[in-house]
Amino acid sequence: MPKKVLDARNLTVTYKTEKGLLDTVRNVSLQICSGEIYGLVGESGSGKSTLARAIVRYLPENGFLKEGKIYLGDTDLLNLSKAEMRRVWGKRVTMVHQDPNAAINPSVMIGEQVAEVARTHLKLSKKEARNKALDMLTKVRIADPEVVARRYAHQLSGGMLQRVLVAIAMATNPELLIMDEPTTALDVTTEAVILDLIGDLMRENDTAVLYITHNLGVVARVCSRVGVLYAGEIMEEGSIGQVFKDTLHPYTRGLLGCVPRVNVNKKDISLKAIPGFIPRPDQLPPGCIFAPRCELAEEACRVERLPLKEIDYGHLTACRRNEELKRYGEVVADMREARSETEYGELVLEARNIKKYFPVVGGLSMFEKNRKREVKAVDDITIRVRRSFTMGIVGESGCGKTTFARCIMGLEEANAGEIELEGELLPYSVARRPRDMLRKMQMVFQNPDASLNPQHPVGEAVARPLKLLSSVNKEAIQERVKELFAAVNLPEDYIYRLPHELSGGEKQRVAIARAFAANPTLMICDEPISSLDVSVQASLMNLLVDLQESKGTSYLFISHDLSAVRHLSDWIAVVYLGRLWEIGSAEDVFVPPYHPYTEALLSALPIPDPDIKQESIRLKGSVPSAMNIPSGCRFHTRCPRKLGAICEKEEPPWQCIGYYHQLCCHIPVEDLQALQGEGLLKKERGAEQ
Amino acid sequence: MSETSHTFKPKQKRSRYISAIKRLQRYPTTLIGFTIVFLFLIIALFGPLLAPYAYTAQNLPNKLQPPSEEHIFGTDQFGRDVYSRILVGSRDVLSVAGSGTALAVFFGLLLGLFSGYRGGLFDELIMRAMDVILSIPPLLLAMVILFSLGPSRVNVIIIVGFLYIPMVARVVRSVVLDLKTRQFIEAARLRGENSFYILYKEILPNVLPHLAVEASMRFSYSIFLVASLGFLGLGVQPPSPDWGLMVGEGRTWFHQSRWVLFFPAGAIALLVVGVGFMSDGLRRILLPGGVSDA
Repeated sequence: MPKKVLDARNLTVTYKTEKGLLDTVRNVSLQICSGEIYGLVGESGSGKSTLARAIVRYLPENGFLKEGKIYLGDTDLLNLSKAEMRRVWGKRVTMVHQDPNAAINPSVMIGEQVAEVARTHLKLSKKEARNKALDMLTKVRIADPEVVARRYAHQLSGGMLQRVLVAIAMATNPELLIMDEPTTALDVTTEAVILDLIGDLMRENDTAVLYITHNLGVVARVCSRVGVLYAGEIMEEGSIGQVFKDTLHPYTRGLLGCVPRVNVNKKDISLKAIPGFIPRPDQLPPGCIFAPRCELAEEACRVERLPLKEIDYGHLTACRRNEELKRYGEVVADMREARSETEYGELVLEARNIKKYFPVVGGLSMFEKNRKREVKAVDDITIRVRRSFTMGIVGESGCGKTTFARCIMGLEEANAGEIELEGELLPYSVARRPRDMLRKMQMVFQNPDASLNPQHPVGEAVARPLKLLSSVNKEAIQERVKELFAAVNLPEDYIYRLPHELSGGEKQRVAIARAFAANPTLMICDEPISSLDVSVQASLMNLLVDLQESKGTSYLFISHDLSAVRHLSDWIAVVYLGRLWEIGSAEDVFVPPYHPYTEALLSALPIPDPDIKQESIRLKGSVPSAMNIPSGCRFHTRCPRKLGAICEKEEPPWQCIGYYHQLCCHIPVEDLQALQGEGLLKKERGAEQ
Repeated sequence: MSETSHTFKPKQKRSRYISAIKRLQRYPTTLIGFTIVFLFLIIALFGPLLAPYAYTAQNLPNKLQPPSEEHIFGTDQFGRDVYSRILVGSRDVLSVAGSGTALAVFFGLLLGLFSGYRGGLFDELIMRAMDVILSIPPLLLAMVILFSLGPSRVNVIIIVGFLYIPMVARVVRSVVLDLKTRQFIEAARLRGENSFYILYKEILPNVLPHLAVEASMRFSYSIFLVASLGFLGLGVQPPSPDWGLMVGEGRTWFHQSRWVLFFPAGAIALLVVGVGFMSDGLRRILLPGGVSDA
């Protein structure tokens, strides 16, 4: 029996605010044993971070613990003085934060920062601490610890920094490690590597971990137990298998239904979004706090709040109707009537051989003669989009997908290539494009906060394109705007609101309404959902699918999120370092044979299903700089299936697999097929049958 | 552009202002600042009506008197009532410094907007020209120009405006540079808005809060500059009751009577502090997210 490391009982955390005292976390109990990774999931505003801070008594000035008991091993943390607490922090309890850039001192060498912890808390001598630091850096699998120890934060990539943070946190061999969204800011491939590392290290050292995240896939991959937090209360708690397979709370079920699966897409199912919003702590409903958004809610739910009840061994739920949920079976998503298979329609957009190089200026470059340095952000990408189809573009950050989209929109002037929209050649710059062409192509941006003018009512944002680009007369504009708001499921009176009065998801709906206002034939969506909560993501994805069906608009959907792209796209293009590596219909691209890069992306993808055992194919290092692109195949520096010298010297050829699927690799298709076997998704289907 | 070009008027503007005023209450200095500035404005408007004596009324036998019931701030070297002169003099300070600031804000805004929005060589030329102005000590430059032009009220206004254009232009330009890359500007370009609309309707409203804060700061500096020029005898000429001028004249009689010097100097200090507090408060109300938050 592993020993109990953290025992927090009936915690209630209160903040003093302008509106009086607010209980942001209510009556939460947590137990974490040694060697256990406890996942705490919840959407933004659910109180995850507050809870974590309360556990280590690190609340901000205006917050305090109203009720509860916290034991770390045998120590009652609430009885400790400030000074004693300081000896607990950093030694017995350590923390890894979300943003590694903010957590590491930029002007102190990496090695020194690890050594400092060892000196302060382990009372090691300078030399011992130095060795300890190197030892820790080796443990977190940093290839060249001696060299890295002498580097500064800006010289390391985000993934490396996060490893350093793990090294710092593990240096004192703590009993409890709290990780607050440690991989959220990282790319999938880097995330997978870090998650592997965390899993291995914790098991080795028998550390208890509280892992906070919003990503169910990540929880399924690393955690052994999970608690689902909603508006400051635990809704369900249990082992991974219990919670993901025998879900006993409608909220958990809702969250799982919001995540698109890699093996099905919009043609098969529509995502099941949770209606409504998380209630604010000053406006909690009287009964079960989830009742207003729950489709199973009955009268009793709205009146009385039930405490957590143990249903199965170690499986707790706060839902009174859990018996029925059990019988329900899995209703993860609505099955939808199969969409009529549209013939491959006419070409809407054809972008041929687009290139965009950014000159590197500044520094001493002006003194270097004949040495033009350039960042090759987009280097020869060709893409076709057909009517009422979605072309998905996936790639890690910095691969050039956004620059490509901006070139097509004309916000960035391409250096070379041709952009053809419905057979007409477009000028590179948006300023030189005629009105009619502007109307046909619109864009939804990534950051909903920056995409609306904070000084204008949101209705104005939707009315402007109508005024400029459509033939609607002045009187009808008001009506049209109201229609558009209804189409994106926003109440009519929102028209008069200013952007700061809307939530992130609502702002993005306005942005979608604005893009649709002039009835475009092509819409470019640049990561439109990535900054939002899963339940909001699901409803926006559904909205995009519905709008596409009713209006016949084509999408160019850009994202780093494989499952979102898979869900929305009919065609998928995989981009790495400014070039395409694989392109094909959505069904084909994620089925072997696929490009080794696609394979790595797929195997890194966190899937919220503990039954799927993904093959662990991990990429080494980080994406090379677009300023000096590797020779031959650009992927050879990280490719797990590299053949040899040929990959370094020659550019790989395009190979066709079937009519609609092409990839660019030196490895013959037949060999890839043999190497990759059944592939990930096939296995997944097998598991379901 | 006419007001009707807005299809939708924000309804909630009033509640926004109310919440801004509520926020204000938490900062007493802001309230003090606004009160001081407001009082001085009243004095400037009604100064001659409030003053017990005419500011030019001489009474030589009564010169350099300490404060008394008849003359609460005492009298100066010609026996004129200092209190009355300060009341009336507030007009000079506020109008000269205010007009100078307005001039600087107007041209600074124009230059900053176009410079930031156009970018390129145009921006480079304007900004380097601004650097040239900034590289010369302002008081020195003002003195040189006033020596050649001759001291007068209008000239002081022009000088103050000219000297503070670069500061305003820089602030406006930096805000525009930030706004220019925001996606709502790109969305406007994508729907084919012309540059005038983008500058006037999309960018300008977001610059105004920053401009208001900058203008109030410039105003307090202008008061200083106007007072300094008055002190040096290069500003408004006697017998005007300009505060700076009064300090300058009072300097000669400092050993016989401190009052001639103390009260006008105190008035300058009080006004500058008041404007400073006000500008601080404006920043808190208009830019709650910090300076970078446009």
